[in-house]
Amino acid sequence: MDQLFALSVAVPLLVAAALVGVKPLLSGRRRTLDALAILTAASVAAMLLVIMIRTDGGDRVYWFAGFRPFHGIVIGIDFAAGPLSAGLAALAAVLVTAVMIFSWRYFRQVATYYHALMLTFLAGMTGFCLTGDIFDLFVWFELMGVSAYALTAYRPEERGPIQGALNFAITNSVGAYLSLSGIGLIYGRTGALNMAQIGAYISRHPPDRLVAVAFLLIIAGLLVKGAIVPFHFWLADAHAVAPTPLCVLFSGVMVELGLYGIARVYWSMFGSALGHRAAISHLFLALGVATAVAGALFCFRERHIKRLLAFSTISHAGMFLAGIALLTPLGLAGTAVYVAGHAMVKGALFLCAGIVLHRLGSVNETWLHGRGRHLRITGVLFTLAGLGLADLPPFGTFLGKGWIEDTGSAHGMPWLTPVFILCAILVGGAVLRVAGGVFYGLGDPPAEDRRMAQEAAEETSETDGGGQRTPLSMLIPPAVLAALAVAIGLTPLGPAVEAAAVRFQDQAAYDATVLHGAHVAHPVAPFPVEAAGVTVPDVVTGLVSAAGALLLACLALYWRRLPALRRGYEPGTGLTALAEGFQSGVINDYVTWMVLGLACIGGVLALIIG
Amino acid sequence: MQVFPFIVVAWIAGVGLYGIVTSRNLIHQIVCLIVVQSSTYVLLLGVGYVTGAVAPYYYDVPVHTPAVDPVVQALALTDVVVEAAVTALLLSVAIQAHKRFGTLDPHELAEFKG
Repeated sequence: MDQLFALSVAVPLLVAAALVGVKPLLSGRRRTLDALAILTAASVAAMLLVIMIRTDGGDRVYWFAGFRPFHGIVIGIDFAAGPLSAGLAALAAVLVTAVMIFSWRYFRQVATYYHALMLTFLAGMTGFCLTGDIFDLFVWFELMGVSAYALTAYRPEERGPIQGALNFAITNSVGAYLSLSGIGLIYGRTGALNMAQIGAYISRHPPDRLVAVAFLLIIAGLLVKGAIVPFHFWLADAHAVAPTPLCVLFSGVMVELGLYGIARVYWSMFGSALGHRAAISHLFLALGVATAVAGALFCFRERHIKRLLAFSTISHAGMFLAGIALLTPLGLAGTAVYVAGHAMVKGALFLCAGIVLHRLGSVNETWLHGRGRHLRITGVLFTLAGLGLADLPPFGTFLGKGWIEDTGSAHGMPWLTPVFILCAILVGGAVLRVAGGVFYGLGDPPAEDRRMAQEAAEETSETDGGGQRTPLSMLIPPAVLAALAVAIGLTPLGPAVEAAAVRFQDQAAYDATVLHGAHVAHPVAPFPVEAAGVTVPDVVTGLVSAAGALLLACLALYWRRLPALRRGYEPGTGLTALAEGFQSGVINDYVTWMVLGLACIGGVLALIIG
Repeated sequence: MQVFPFIVVAWIAGVGLYGIVTSRNLIHQIVCLIVVQSSTYVLLLGVGYVTGAVAPYYYDVPVHTPAVDPVVQALALTDVVVEAAVTALLLSVAIQAHKRFGTLDPHELAEFKG
C-alpha cells in the first residue's frame, strides 16, 4: 500500500522521461503515444483513488527510503495524505485522463513533448498535493509551473500563446521566489522543513513579526497560482491562448491547487500560532469576495468563450477562498465538494468549447451566433454544464456552495449568501447566454468587439476544423464529466467529507501522525461541527441561482429588442476601457499589482499580529 | 545571525522587482527575474551561516567543531536547478517572441495579447 505513494509520482515521471527518450522510435506512431499517456494517467488516477479510500480512517504518512522521524525530529522527506489531499490529486489525474482521451482526435499533429509535459504536469500536481515538506512544496510547485508554461506556449508559431506564456511564467515565477524566501525565513526560525515539525515549533511560541512575514511570503506564490485579486491577471491571458484541453486542467485543478496550498500551509503550520483569529479570517474572506465579484463582472462582459470561462474560474476561486477562510469544518468540506463539482462542470464546458473550435474554427461568441445549431449533443452538454455552473441541483456545485453559505450564516455572515448567488447568476448567465446564442440561435448576436474578434481569430490553427461529425472520443469525456458532477451532488458525501475536513484542520493530530506515527481516531475540530446534509435552503439557493442565470441569459440575448435600447446603445461600452486598463497584458503592470497587493495584505497582517 | 545579509537580500529582491516593473526589454526583464531569484540564494546561505564555522564535511576535524548548515546549501543547489529550467524556457519563448513580433518590448507585445 505504502509504495503507492511513491509510485503515484514516479510512474508519470518515468513514463514521461521514457517517452522523450524513445522519441526517435515512436515518430509517426502517435496512437502508441496517446495510448501510453492515457494508460499512465488512468493508472495514476486509480492509485490515488485507492489512497483516498484507504486514508478514510486516518491520514497515512510515507517516508521516502524509510527515514522515519527520530523522537519528533524529522530526518527524511514524507508524503502525508488525507482524504482531501489525495482526493484533489485524484481529481487532477481524472481530469488529465479525460483530457488525454479528448486530445486523441483533437490535435491534427502532436509532438512527443505534449504527452511528456502532460505527465510531468500531472506528477507535479500529485506531488504538490501529497507532500508534507515545505521545500518540496515549492519544488513541486515549480515542476507543475514549468510544465504548464511550456504547454501554454505549445504553439510557438503563433503570437498569442507566446505573450500568454510569458505573462504566466514571469508572474508565477516571481510568486514562487517570494514563497521560497518565506520558506528560507521559516527554516531559519525553526530549523525544520517538515510542515508538521515547523507547525509544532512555532505554535509553542507567540507569533512574532518574522513568522508573520514568512507566512505572507509563502502564501504570496500560492495566491498568484490561486488567481486571487489582485494577483489574478495572468490567468485570463494564459487561459485564452493555451490549448483548450489544457484549459480544463488550469481551471479545473491548477488554480484550486494554489488555494489548497494556502489551506495546507495554514492548517499544518501557522494556524495555531496565529490563533485562528477572526481578523485573519475576515482578511481572506474579503480577498475571496472581492475576487468572486470582480471575476463574475469581467466574465459577463467577455465575448471570447475561453476567456469568459477563465474569468468564471477567477470568480469561483474567490468563492473557494471565502469557503476556506471561514475556518469552519463545514466551510472547508463545502469548498472541497464545490471544487470537485466545479472541476467536472468547468472541464465539460471547456471541452465543449474545444469541440466548437474543432468544428467551427472560432471561439468568438458574436461570430458563432446561431452557427452551432447542428452541434446538438455538444449544445445540450454545454447548456447542462452551464446550469451546473449556476449551481442547479443536483449538480455537485450546489451542495458545496450551499454548505459554505450555511456555515457563513451560522457565523454571523448571512450576506455571503446573496453575494454568492449574485456571482453564480452573473457567471451562469454569461455561459447560458453563450449556449443560447451559439447553439440555439436565440436573440440577437452581441455587438462585435474588434479586439475580442481579433483575439478569437488567433485560435484557428490549434485544431483541424471542418469535420462532418464530432468524433465520439471528443463527446464522451465532457459527457462523463457532466455525469460525474451530478453524481457528486447525488451521493450522500456529507459526513465523510466533513470528517475529512475536521482531520485536515486538526493541527495537533497532523503533528502526532507525522512526527510520532500515532493514529488519531478522533480529531478535534477548532470550531463546532455543523451538520452537513442537503437542506432546504441549499436547494432553494441553488434553484434561485440557476433561475436567475437563465433569466439573465434571456435578458442579455433579447434586451436589444426593448424599445428604449434600439438606438444602438451597447451595454458595458463604458466599461471596456476600464477593463482594458486593468487587463493590459503588460507584464510590468501585473507585477506592479502583485507588489502592491502584497504590501496591502502585509500591512493588514502587521496590524492584526502587530 | 547577522542582520547584514538580510539587508542585502531585501536590496537584491527590491532591485530585481524594480527592474521587472520598469523594464522595456524582455531579455532584460528575464535577467531581472534571475536577480530576484538570486536574493533567495543569499537568503538561504545567510540563514545557514555560522560565524567561525567550517565547511560541513566532517573529516579530520575534532568532534563538536561548529559547521555551517549543509541543508540550506542543498536547498540553494535545488534552487539553482529550478532557475536554470525556468530561465531556459523563458529565454526560448523570448526568442520566439522576437521572431514573431520583431520586438522585445513588453508594452508592444501586449498589443498582440491573445
